[in-house]
Amino acid sequence: MAGSGTILKEFKKGLWAENPVIKMLLGMCPALAVTNSATNGFAMGMATTFVVISSSTMVSLIRRIVPRQVRIPTYIVIIAGFVTLADLFLKAQFPVISKALGPYVPLIVVNCLIMGRAEFFASRHPLFPAIMDALGMGLGFTGVLVVLGGIREILGSGSIFGVVFMTEEVFTPWVVMILPAGAFLTLGLLIGIINYASQRREST
Amino acid sequence: MKPLMIFISAAVVNNLVLAYFLGICPFLGVSKRLDTALNMGFATTFVMTLTAVITWLINTHILIRFDLPFLQYVAFIITIASLVQLVEMFIRKTSPPLYRSLGIFLPLITTNCSILGLALFEALREYTFIESLFFGLGGGAGFTLALVLMAGIREELEFADVPESLKGAPMTLLVAGMLALAFMGFAGLLTV
Repeated sequence: MAGSGTILKEFKKGLWAENPVIKMLLGMCPALAVTNSATNGFAMGMATTFVVISSSTMVSLIRRIVPRQVRIPTYIVIIAGFVTLADLFLKAQFPVISKALGPYVPLIVVNCLIMGRAEFFASRHPLFPAIMDALGMGLGFTGVLVVLGGIREILGSGSIFGVVFMTEEVFTPWVVMILPAGAFLTLGLLIGIINYASQRREST
Repeated sequence: MKPLMIFISAAVVNNLVLAYFLGICPFLGVSKRLDTALNMGFATTFVMTLTAVITWLINTHILIRFDLPFLQYVAFIITIASLVQLVEMFIRKTSPPLYRSLGIFLPLITTNCSILGLALFEALREYTFIESLFFGLGGGAGFTLALVLMAGIREELEFADVPESLKGAPMTLLVAGMLALAFMGFAGLLTV
C-alpha cells in the first residue's frame, strides 16, 4: 500500500500539473459549451466530478474481473449509467440548471476525461488512489469551468454567479463573450497566458 | 421542404462544431492535414447518418413504445459503439488503404460527442424518420466543412510566425473562435 504522500500526489496532479482542460485538452466540449455563466460551469463541473468519482470507483473495483477485450464497452456502460443518475437527480432537484445545461448533461457520457481516467488510471490502480485521482481531476475540471464561466459572464453580461454588479450605464456588455465565438477565444487566450507564464518561469 | 431546411440548418447555420461545441476533440486533434481531415469527415458523416436513422428507430419503436426513457443514454451509446465497430470491420475488409489512412481515428469516432449529441438533439426535437436522416447528413456535412476549413487554415499557419506560448492548441482555439464569428453571419438565415 502506498504512503499518504503518494495518495496526496494523485489528488493534487489533477488540480494543476495534469489539469484535464488546460494541460491535457480533455473534455473540451462541455468546457466550452456550458461556460456562458459561472453557475452553469460550476453545476457542470460538479456533475462531471460525481460521474468521474463513481465510475472510477466502479472500474477500480471490477478491474480484475473484466476481460481486456471488452473493457471499453464495459466502462462506457458504467459511465452512461452514472450519467443517467446525475441527469435524473439534476432534473428533480435543480430543474432550472438542468434546463440550462440541456443535452450537455447526457453528453458527459462521451467526455473523454472520464473515459481517460477509467482507462489510464482506475483500471490499473487500487480503490483509494483511484478515488483520489478522480476527485483531483473532477475538481481541477470544475475549477477551470468556473474560471472560464466567470470571465465570460463578467465580460458578457456584467454579472458574476447571476449577481449583476456592472449596470448598463457604466459597462456595455460584450455580447460576443456569451456566444460560441467568445468561448473559443477566451479558452484560447487563457491557455496561451498560462503557457506564457510557465515558459517565463522556466527560463528564469 | 422541411427536411432540406434541417439539412442546411445542421450543416451551416447551427453548425455542430462551431455553434454547439460538439466534436471539439477530433476538431482540434485531426485538423493538422487536409487529406486526413477530409477522410475523417467522410467516416464521421457515414457513422452519423447511420446513427441518426438507427437511434430514431430504437427511440421510437422500443424506448418510447415500452416507456423506457431512462435507458436512452445507455441504448444510444451502445448503438454508436457497435456501429463504429461494424464500420471498422467493413472498411478493413473492403478498402485496406483507407483503413490504414484512418488508423486510430476510426475507433475514436465512438467518443466523438457530435454523434451522441446528434442522436440526443434528434430525440429532443422529435424529428420524423426522414427529418432524422437529413439531420444526420447535415450534421456530417457541417462537421466535415468545419474540419476541412480548419485543416486548410492550419496548413497555412505552419508558415506563420506564431508567438511561442500560443503555438498548438491555443492558436487553434483562437482560429476556431474566428471561424465561429464568421459562421454567426449565417444566423437568421433559417428558422428551424
